[in-house]
Amino acid sequence: MADSEVTALEHAPGLKHHFDDTEQQLESSTLGMWVFLLTEIMFFGGMFGGYTVYRNLYPDAFASSSRYMNIPIGAFNTAVLICSSLTMALAVRAAQLGNKKVLIWFLVFTLILGCVFLGLKVVEYHEKWVDHHIPGPGFRYEDARYFHQAQILFFLYFAMTGMHAMHMVVGAGLLTTLIIMAARNRFSAAWYTPVEMIGLYWHFVDIVWIFLFPLLYLIGRTK
Amino acid sequence: MWAAPSRWGWLNLLTPKGLFAHDTYNKLFTMHGIIMVFFFLVPSIPATLGNFLVPPMVGARDLAFPRINLLSWYIYIVGGIFAITAIVRGGVDTGWTFYAPFSSTYSNTHVILAAIGVFVSGFSSILTGLNFIVTVHKMRAPGMTWSRLPLFVWAHYATSLIQVLGTPVIAITIVLLGMERVLHAGIFDPALGGDPILFQHLFWFYSHPAVYIMILPGMGVISEIVACFSRKSIFGYGFVAFSSVAIAVLGFLVWGHHLFVAGQSMYASMVFSFISFLVAVPSAIKVFNWTATMYRGSVSYDTPMLYAFGFIGLFTIGGLTGLFLATMAVDVHVTDTYFVIAHFHYVMVGGMVMAYLGGVHFWFPKITGRLYPEGWAKFAALVVFVGFNLTFFPQFVLGYLGMPRRYAAYADEFQILNVMSTAGASILGVGYLIPMIYLAWAWRYGPKSPQNPWGAKGLEWEQSPTPPPTFNFDVPPVMNEPAYNYSGEEKEVEIGR
Repeated sequence: MADSEVTALEHAPGLKHHFDDTEQQLESSTLGMWVFLLTEIMFFGGMFGGYTVYRNLYPDAFASSSRYMNIPIGAFNTAVLICSSLTMALAVRAAQLGNKKVLIWFLVFTLILGCVFLGLKVVEYHEKWVDHHIPGPGFRYEDARYFHQAQILFFLYFAMTGMHAMHMVVGAGLLTTLIIMAARNRFSAAWYTPVEMIGLYWHFVDIVWIFLFPLLYLIGRTK
Repeated sequence: MWAAPSRWGWLNLLTPKGLFAHDTYNKLFTMHGIIMVFFFLVPSIPATLGNFLVPPMVGARDLAFPRINLLSWYIYIVGGIFAITAIVRGGVDTGWTFYAPFSSTYSNTHVILAAIGVFVSGFSSILTGLNFIVTVHKMRAPGMTWSRLPLFVWAHYATSLIQVLGTPVIAITIVLLGMERVLHAGIFDPALGGDPILFQHLFWFYSHPAVYIMILPGMGVISEIVACFSRKSIFGYGFVAFSSVAIAVLGFLVWGHHLFVAGQSMYASMVFSFISFLVAVPSAIKVFNWTATMYRGSVSYDTPMLYAFGFIGLFTIGGLTGLFLATMAVDVHVTDTYFVIAHFHYVMVGGMVMAYLGGVHFWFPKITGRLYPEGWAKFAALVVFVGFNLTFFPQFVLGYLGMPRRYAAYADEFQILNVMSTAGASILGVGYLIPMIYLAWAWRYGPKSPQNPWGAKGLEWEQSPTPPPTFNFDVPPVMNEPAYNYSGEEKEVEIGR
């Protein structure tokens, strides 16, 4: 990997001086991104762990309170996110081919789908607000037996989907940056690492939702 | 400097009734714990020696992500500002463990500020670990194979694995704790239907592996020092290297030994107890291999080596008393007593801080290009050793006799041992002050260091100039001999790429 002809490559686009060549740099970025996603898995893992514990402790309360989840919106949002993963993958492909126009269009599609998801999330949160299902002093619950226990499910619901939504907001910001960078001709078929890395991030955030949707909305409702 | 609150704490324990108001004492030990654990022990060696030395040791011009490295420094500062603000605005009294529901419901001190500080600084730790992992995988020089990596780098690699896998869990735990405190909605508070044991599980899932974040880099430093000052290749290189990884892996499976008396299932406790014993195996491998390295080596007694001796002895005591605590029946007797405090400080201060000081002295010429006064340094190393033992050995006895930790007052019969401990802490303080003074002096006025004052092996000494230039090497480095080649095995002429 180390070549003394570093100077010959110094003008390779996007190459930082402490790397030997573009290949080493790309491999480093990719590994770094995967390690980062690993930390994200552990981060969400703490909440999934808590969820597992409480679902086992309070199955009846969870069955009762998960009936208040809005399945149509949740299902539609799942479809939205899966589509956004597709457009993101197509954006990476366009970057690979060096097709700036297509790249920008797919990034914009992805961003729009992300915003649709977040908008519907706001609608859902508002619904919970109206029903007094936000944990805290204002919490009300129809079945008095499950007052505390249902509150824990809603606590987890807001913590998990809230953290996920925050990751979506960050992702939307990153996509905007990518669109601006692409418009300024910063990417080429030779160097498009940020598109690929943020693509990985976007897919990861998607996958988290794929787990959240069945766990919070679907399972155990009929118990 | 932030060890200082502990010293006021010891001052408090000069007399049975205590000198400070009791809630002040609670805030002092909390401040001591938070600052020392999250802002000193965790970042100490990786963020200073590690950031400086990992790139030249693997033959790289810099870490893989220099800007992320800088970012991690800024994040650390921001986290520190939150923690210090919490202290300045009146302190926190929960202990560094933030146990719920006291921290989430009942404490009326600045828990949120301190928790944000810990949360933020965690990302600094994660980014450091991420940077090391990528650097070690992708930035090694030609010929620097995995089996030639310095053990310092192996130790940092293992540390990074823990940082990357463990730290996010404490982050989310703190988020949940903060939500409970702000929303008054139960997740940990049993009065609200929550489970306080869940908090302890999540907390120790990070915080037990975190003690290996603290000690592993120190073990890496000791491996370098012992090999250099024994003039021998390290005994059982592969075992020492893999024992670091083994500690990292096993370290994730033992957190339950903090919950023996917390109402955890007995069977879970038995498993955790057993795995805790297993951790002793890789730790012992290291200690035995260091001593075996010294055996029939030509040992010299320079300052870094004195600290290494201190480390090996004190870490052994700290490690063996850890086995007492891993034994369920004994643990019931000594839980929450000074025995635990003494055990922890033997590993963390007797082990980790000794290694840190040894490492600082060993690489001081490399980093600054100057030499420190050897006489003063040896004197300080002795003072630290004496002060340390006088401080913490009596605490084993105190704990065994039943003096509980975190109490501002104690029974009269414990006074002699407490006075010894306070006296030792003062000596230890002087022992830390002396190096601060002469190292600061030597940085400016010390005599210029030759390229390799210890005659040490390793790319950072042999091929990188002293002090190193921005990109570490003038000529791209090549590793053409085994690690720690003190016995002078022939160098390879041609390297396979």
